[in-house]
Amino acid sequence: MKLAISITGNSLQSAFDPRFGRAAAFCVVDSESGEWTVHENPALSASGGAGVQAAQFVAKLGAQAVVSGAYGPNAFDTLSPAGVAMYLAPTGESLTAAAVLELFRAGKLTQAQAATHEGHHGGHH
Amino acid sequence: MRVVVASGKGGTGKTTVATSLALVAGDATRFLDCDVEAPNAALFLQPQLDTRQEVGILLPVVDESLCTHCGRCAEVCEFHAIAVVGKRTLVFPELCHGCGSCTLNCPERAITERLDVMGVLESGFAGGVDFAHGIMNVGEPMAVPIIRQLKKAAPAQPFRVEIRDAPPGASCPVVESIRGADYALLVTEPTPFGLHDLKQVADVTRELGIPAGVIVNRDGIGDNAIEAYCAEAGLPILLRIPMERRFAEAIASGRTLVDAAPEYRPRFEALLQTITARVNA
Amino acid sequence: MKQLIILSGKGGTGKTSVTAAFAHLASQGKFAGQVILADADVDAANLELILQPTLREEQDFKGGKVAVIDSDSCMGCGICEQVCRFDAISAHAGVYTVDPIACDGCAACIYQCPAGSITMQEQIAGKFYFSESRYGPLYHANLLPGQENSGKLVTLVKQRARLQALDEDRQLVIVDGPPGIGCPVISAASGADLALIVAEPTVSGVHDMQRALDTLKHFGVRALVAINKADIYPQGAAQIEDFCRQQGIPTVGQIPFDLTVASAMVAGEAVTAFQPDAPASVAIRQIWEQVAAALLPQP
Repeated sequence: MKLAISITGNSLQSAFDPRFGRAAAFCVVDSESGEWTVHENPALSASGGAGVQAAQFVAKLGAQAVVSGAYGPNAFDTLSPAGVAMYLAPTGESLTAAAVLELFRAGKLTQAQAATHEGHHGGHH
Repeated sequence: MRVVVASGKGGTGKTTVATSLALVAGDATRFLDCDVEAPNAALFLQPQLDTRQEVGILLPVVDESLCTHCGRCAEVCEFHAIAVVGKRTLVFPELCHGCGSCTLNCPERAITERLDVMGVLESGFAGGVDFAHGIMNVGEPMAVPIIRQLKKAAPAQPFRVEIRDAPPGASCPVVESIRGADYALLVTEPTPFGLHDLKQVADVTRELGIPAGVIVNRDGIGDNAIEAYCAEAGLPILLRIPMERRFAEAIASGRTLVDAAPEYRPRFEALLQTITARVNA
Repeated sequence: MKQLIILSGKGGTGKTSVTAAFAHLASQGKFAGQVILADADVDAANLELILQPTLREEQDFKGGKVAVIDSDSCMGCGICEQVCRFDAISAHAGVYTVDPIACDGCAACIYQCPAGSITMQEQIAGKFYFSESRYGPLYHANLLPGQENSGKLVTLVKQRARLQALDEDRQLVIVDGPPGIGCPVISAASGADLALIVAEPTVSGVHDMQRALDTLKHFGVRALVAINKADIYPQGAAQIEDFCRQQGIPTVGQIPFDLTVASAMVAGEAVTAFQPDAPASVAIRQIWEQVAAALLPQP
């Protein structure tokens, strides 16, 4: 399965970023072969609607699932109809994307069934 | 002539000044309460509000039967308020600014628009004053679209003087209230807060190229720093209203200053003449 | 960690003077050394005028982008002006320009311009500051006059204050809120554990307090009400008490009209530190005790 993991850096060894819309980048990794690529998150600098933009971005990258620490309502409402599954990785400890991948392979990640937090207000004036 | 009453700091007496000015300006006066988050002028002028209009922004509505999910709408939206994922086009109303760009850019003409109500405009007469205000709905974030439509609303009669009561602060709702005015009356109080915020709003009027004058309310409290600033910034002090408990009490109960203290009537008349002379100069 | 926000609805009811006094009082009691301050009124940031803090960090705050028309390639067709719903584009002597203050940054004009003459440019909307004050770290900001996005800047100020509180395990963030009920207020109040509304017993103050309370209810934030300048209009104060009783909102005290508050402001002091025996100081101290109790876990 093609998995997009939110990360802070530029490789599979980078730290997991628990934020979805404001993650620095996404590591797209094939959970079977382990092949990976890294894509900078275009929503990082968005003044508003980062969740929507990041969700569209990972959907376009062809990810079938994403792993992050939390999903806002806009991200959730965009990823669900796109058919992208949302997994939650633990946010309290420092993990690398590779470690997150291992947790996924071991079936230790739970799926988000709804937005995990309220929307961030912003982007309006 | 359009006169806007602004202040920077809240609670300095904008509405007190604006309503008294309207009362001395008499017939052929239009009054716009642009403080749509906290509209209070009606409490003092007591207009007969008999016209009501819902206002807001236009949100896109996608006709799924025409949409080819090409993604052009999402591409042109700076606010990520519309997204195309797979075979679905999603609209996020709380992110939308109502700019209409998606509608204009849709190659299939699959987008129409509906009004997203953010508040109401109400209008009616208070004596000879043609009064209108906007009331923003609770929970809405954006005041500017309501202010913009309030300013555009057709007057009920031709007017000689339009008086706008602006919201506090110095950001977009204030700017929108000040834009297009011929003169700005900046109401302040002689305290460090009053001075700090006066500077902010004076910067706005300067940037917009609108001449301004200052009214010092609650004169006597605090310090004299306002005078020094006004002299340096070339802002004339047009009126001083001393701190008197009887004024505070009368205004608290919903009376206007010129009603509670008739000796202020000629001073406000003179103020209006001064402004008119400055605008026509 | 708890977040307390001071709001009012109407401006100028005394929010900042109360916030500064709370900062002083909180620095002495059971929250001593536990407090972080945030001034969320970025339109009119006044808390620093009382606290006179030492600046430690300053950064530009980038706001939205605005459209800019290249006058050399502009054909003067005026389509941009027609498209713009923010009345930001106008022509003077046949030359079209964008008013950066009115521009919403939607870019609608860019896509309609047949000459490709319009681009978007980023703007600096304000400054963000971190300072040390005598009553604790202070996060504050200053929006440049006429700039937008104050909700975003408010969010930044609060986020940074919250992060430091979490990092250092501090127990209380006191937020001085903006007036009104719009975007900046929503941003400032989101995530708050408790709001204190400083109401004024004037017809305007009562009206605006009710709208502020509605907003807090809408976003699920628990509220308390204190009445400032209560003796100016006792009928108004009674009306506030009645209204709160009906709505089940606790009132936590009345502050008398007291010119000491203005003198303290001029002196750059919290009124409770400036003249602890002044009537306003005594009242604010009593209010603080109730607010502090309401912040602790309910038995």
